[in-house]
Amino acid sequence: MLNRLFVPITVVAAAMFAYAPIMILNAPYEATMGLVQKIFYFHAACGMAMFLAAFVSGIGSALFLFTKKPSADRMAVAGAELTVIIGLIVLVTGPLWARKAWGVWWQWDARLTSTLVMWMIFNAYLLLRRYGGPGSEKLAAAVALFGMANVPFVYWSVNVWRTLHPKTSVIPSLQPGMRGPFWFCVLAFLLVTTVILMLRTELEKRRQQLDELYLMAEE
Amino acid sequence: MRAFARAVWIVTRKDLLIESRTREILFTTVFFALACVLVFAFGFVKEGRPMEDVAAGILWIAIAFSGTLALGRAFERERQGETLRALLIAPIDRAALYLGKLLGILMLLGAVEILIVPLVALMFQAALFDHALVMLGLLAAGTLGFAAVGTLFAAMLVRARSRDVMLPVLLYPITVPVIIGGVRGTAALLAPTADVAMARLWLSMLLFFDVVFLTLALWTFEPVMTE
Repeated sequence: MLNRLFVPITVVAAAMFAYAPIMILNAPYEATMGLVQKIFYFHAACGMAMFLAAFVSGIGSALFLFTKKPSADRMAVAGAELTVIIGLIVLVTGPLWARKAWGVWWQWDARLTSTLVMWMIFNAYLLLRRYGGPGSEKLAAAVALFGMANVPFVYWSVNVWRTLHPKTSVIPSLQPGMRGPFWFCVLAFLLVTTVILMLRTELEKRRQQLDELYLMAEE
Repeated sequence: MRAFARAVWIVTRKDLLIESRTREILFTTVFFALACVLVFAFGFVKEGRPMEDVAAGILWIAIAFSGTLALGRAFERERQGETLRALLIAPIDRAALYLGKLLGILMLLGAVEILIVPLVALMFQAALFDHALVMLGLLAAGTLGFAAVGTLFAAMLVRARSRDVMLPVLLYPITVPVIIGGVRGTAALLAPTADVAMARLWLSMLLFFDVVFLTLALWTFEPVMTE
């Protein structure tokens, strides 16, 4: 049973998502990067959405590990899948922007590297669930928990390792005309992520119910 | 507390005893580490001279690779003998079981490092012994961090399918800080003018990593290993 909030959130998210391109179109051009800068509206918003999904997955995993509630596991798997998908968008749009802004496709800076490592950890999580055989949900939950604890270490390490990192404190320095569309996009993506998370959790629940029914039918 | 320490030691002693009979894991792991260093030498030695900064990387990658191999083998043995269940129902703390296994792995990796470190120093003209104490600290803290995560993952993968490939897939992304810390700390010591302060900074990060992940592993070992 989907949450009562599902329909209103979906409507708002869909409307915002549809209107976002128009807002981005009307936003002022950035002086040096021009059109390419507009990737930023989706890129940074996706980055935040990815962290939301990863956070949900981490919390779900920790809860599942210690309380063994199946609902926590459903939350964890929904979050992990979304982290991988949104992470892919972040990792593709990032280099497109970086090529124009920094002149290179990839920089080994803290934010990029920790995003990549986190993306890999959640890929490992999904691989383990998929190919690990029965009982792998619990093992995957430990992986997600360790992955979450790992992110600050990676961030710090890479920061010390690559001190030449150009400070990407872009958001506070945004022009007033860009700020509105930017936060609009962030909110739109966070809402879309929430909607997909709810849907995926529900799907997982029905899948589990179906599995149980099959087992019962066989007996 | 004494009973706990005794239980840890019994688990470790069991592993050491089995290992001392065949020496299978020790010999194969050491030889694997050697092969690793050799292969890297072909990649990174140009015209008889190693490339700058390369020794630290080779050393730590050899440790990580042979560590993965040793972890997999150590638990494969429990699986083949179907003794893991016996260990799990033994009337000892799960934490003691984990620590006992970890101690065994650490001893094994220590033995590998005793051979690999001088070898890398020799083959890549790396002054690994100039700041022996800090270097020893880096090795100890790095190995502990790697093995702490590795022991938990190897133990929980025993019952999973495709465990051989899953172990590195899970272990490497999570031990990225250990690799960065180990390599950068060692490289700081190997630089033309050794940067001991930098190496100490990395050492303290590795110790912090050890504390956090050892605690997490002790905490999750129980629920993960319960069927």
